[in-house]
Amino acid sequence: MDNISRRSFLKSGALLGGGLMISFAVPARVRGLLPDVAEAAENFIPNAFLEIGTDNSIKVLLAHSEMGQGIWTSLPMIIADELDADWKDITVAHAPAAPAYKHTLFGIQITGGSSTTFSEFDRYRTAGAAARAIFLAAGAKKLGVPLAEVRTEKGYVISGDKKIAYGALVQAAAGIKPPQTVQLKVPKDWQYIGKSTKRLDGAAKVNGTAVFGMDIQGEDLLIATVVHSPVIGGKVLSYDDSLAKAVPGVVSVVQLSTGVAVLATNYYASNKAKKLLKINWDSSANESFDSRKLAATYQQLVATDGLTGLKKGTAEMQNYKAWKTIEAAYSFPYLTHAPMEPLNATVKISEDGKSCEIWTGTQMPMNEQAAAAKILSIAPEQVTVHTAFLGGGFGRRATPQSDWVSEAVEIAKVSGKYIKMIWAREDDIKGQHYRPQFAHKVKVALNAQGKPEFWHHNVAGQSIYQENGFAALVKDGVDESSIEGISDSHYLPAIPNVFVGAHATKTPVTILWWRAVGHTHTAFVMETMIDQLAHAAGKDPVNYRRDLLQGSLRSLAALNLAAEKAGWGKPLPKGHFHGVAVHHSFRSHVAEIVEISFDAADNLIVHRVTCAIDCGLTINPENIKAQMESCIIFGLTMAKYGELSITNGKVDQNNFYDYKVVRMNETPIMDVHLVPYTGQPLGGVGEAGLPPLAPALANAIFQATGKRIYQLPLMNQNLKPAKL
Amino acid sequence: MIELTINKKLYHLDVDPEMPLLWVIRDIVGLTGTKFGCGVAQCGACTIHLNGESVRSCVTRAGRAHQQEILTIEGLSAANEHPLQQAWLHFDVPQCGYCQSGQMMSAARLLKEIPQPTDKDIDDAMSGNLCRCGTYQRIKKAIHYAAELQLKGSVTTLNHSDTNKKRNENIDKARSPEEKRALRISAYNGGAGNLSDEDQSVTSGLKSLTSSNIQEGVQHG
Repeated sequence: MDNISRRSFLKSGALLGGGLMISFAVPARVRGLLPDVAEAAENFIPNAFLEIGTDNSIKVLLAHSEMGQGIWTSLPMIIADELDADWKDITVAHAPAAPAYKHTLFGIQITGGSSTTFSEFDRYRTAGAAARAIFLAAGAKKLGVPLAEVRTEKGYVISGDKKIAYGALVQAAAGIKPPQTVQLKVPKDWQYIGKSTKRLDGAAKVNGTAVFGMDIQGEDLLIATVVHSPVIGGKVLSYDDSLAKAVPGVVSVVQLSTGVAVLATNYYASNKAKKLLKINWDSSANESFDSRKLAATYQQLVATDGLTGLKKGTAEMQNYKAWKTIEAAYSFPYLTHAPMEPLNATVKISEDGKSCEIWTGTQMPMNEQAAAAKILSIAPEQVTVHTAFLGGGFGRRATPQSDWVSEAVEIAKVSGKYIKMIWAREDDIKGQHYRPQFAHKVKVALNAQGKPEFWHHNVAGQSIYQENGFAALVKDGVDESSIEGISDSHYLPAIPNVFVGAHATKTPVTILWWRAVGHTHTAFVMETMIDQLAHAAGKDPVNYRRDLLQGSLRSLAALNLAAEKAGWGKPLPKGHFHGVAVHHSFRSHVAEIVEISFDAADNLIVHRVTCAIDCGLTINPENIKAQMESCIIFGLTMAKYGELSITNGKVDQNNFYDYKVVRMNETPIMDVHLVPYTGQPLGGVGEAGLPPLAPALANAIFQATGKRIYQLPLMNQNLKPAKL
Repeated sequence: MIELTINKKLYHLDVDPEMPLLWVIRDIVGLTGTKFGCGVAQCGACTIHLNGESVRSCVTRAGRAHQQEILTIEGLSAANEHPLQQAWLHFDVPQCGYCQSGQMMSAARLLKEIPQPTDKDIDDAMSGNLCRCGTYQRIKKAIHYAAELQLKGSVTTLNHSDTNKKRNENIDKARSPEEKRALRISAYNGGAGNLSDEDQSVTSGLKSLTSSNIQEGVQHG
């Protein structure tokens, strides 16, 4: 597969850009993330992340996709520091689908798991340093001085009062062998890392010029819309397209494995015709499926022990004379991602059918490439994937089944046309790939000091890894993503006996990772339970957590910072209440304190969320804050409104009017603080702020109402403040 | 045949008058800054101005806009110099960026109507625009900042800093926040308030730089 050799990259770079494309080798394995340890490069694999032009332009190629999380800026910051580049020279592009851009940890090309920055930190620094070493050598030669007498600064090689720009060294540099080892900078020499830096994609995103997949245009490009089965998994038996074909602008109607597509010169005509299609479906497989009945089944399951995900301690709970025992059962619905940009893909198959180009916003370019190649019976290398900006991802655009791209490729193949397939919002909401429905049951025994002595926890739900082709990540029948946040809880050091069991269920519903994955429900259970334990023990919720987090100092630091900034324990305005939660996920530690009240009509008002994160080294601090704000709003939507239900095999929700998301008028003040960096490992920021929000909110609701929340969403739960 | 003036450019379009403006703008004219998000006026991603009023282009028929003026995000300014664009960049508002064209068009309409909006004004004007990335807090800050830029920017351009100072003094002398706001609006609209003749020339400049900035930008673009 790794057919892109260093030589071919150098060659193609020189041909394409007239500039120097620096290819170099970096370690295949990820080394320690301590930034102050210079590392030797060995075990080379070919990579290509930089292209430097004779005009001094420095193009940084991203192995990952920009979907709002800010890597369009943070990865260039990392590379620019080692390259000693002038920030104004930096341009950015998504890399193509190619093995050189595989994830350093996951081995496939994917953006996800909040892993871009920590997984690329060493590779991108090495990339910059290797390029800089070549420029140093080329500059020394050109200036006629020994290598020891040159240095670099902001895009120049400098010796005494003489300097020469990188762009002027492009030809000379092309003839220099990349170094076998590079010396990385120590943090005090960083120019960019750690300094809040404006987004490089900002300008294009305030004037409509940023190109999303939806915005691809082309001569003779037809717009395709698709009618999907109203009942999940239904198949087309027959269809009548006579009315649809009569709509002006409609070019053709084609049957797919997933439905029927209408091709037209514009979306309006295609969408209008789509509604005139008469389709007979075979819906027999799933027409009795009901997600609410499923919830009842799950509750029965979690009353029994599942396969062992974690067992700690040897004591038997039933023999233990607990001071108090607390039990609770929880239920969580399916959720859909609903990114603002509906799914779409543009596909052009060559006339001879031997190659194909795809334009789409995807988190998994090589996966789309492989899926298209299979459909077209061509080699993956014959499929070019152009990754556009993603109008939101949240996991939905990382689909191992390549659902929407495969559908678009099938349309292009069957119709023989150059097409842009656009899903309507309804196709997106009803298009499955949901966060799985889950149930939990927890039983905790407290000792005489009010601390948990036994923690017994069962979950039931579909396995994301098992059902998405990552069975290797399922250990002894337990999908780690079903119990993450429990099995690796920061409270584990403080709890002597723990059992975590998992029931992996099967349903007809296609599931997928959804922003923060398992932590979306596990953090809710953990943090509302801990709150309940604190209450039972008669302890302050923050102090109770502090006691239990003595073995998890990073979480403790985040908790302390949030508590301090929120003024925890200080008087609040009358009718206002605080709730707290702290959770560890995606290698980061986040505490959130939510301040709420109820208005005269008993509407829940979220006034303020104070957030503190320890993500270790902060690459672009302002962007970390933006990501925490993003996580808080996403989490608030999940808590208040998130529910995707299915009745008689049909998804009940349609569009934003019945799959609600938080709006401007519901937005709390968000106050985000960063735990100072003192050498902690680098963590992710795109998801870690989400898990604590819902439990912190639920804990605040308990303070206000005396009512514990055991299921989400909050809407329709008839919450009322307690009489003061 | 439908005649539309989009960003000061006249188009004669052979389209179904029932076709929503969104698809006329995107698929026929080829301006893709205006986004499709829901198709049923629920998300605001497709917000444009029709004769200065913000409308959801996904549910506005082309026929309704015949021989009328449309402004899209591409027409907001020639080179990101509109106060809202400056403010959006200042606070690094966009994340995925998909909803931002619609957000800014709604905000532009708000600032025309209420040059110095309160948080409540912003909530009222902007709650029809969804953002899944959750950039609302930054949008709010950016709108306040753009409102300030509008006031400052105009005066800087006219190089009447003394007059600006005097006008601000007048506003500062006002007793209540409501009164201050009323004065600002009055100044913005070229209204008299307590302003001198010289001030009048400044405020008329203000007006052209704020409400008409859009059109000026378009002429370049």
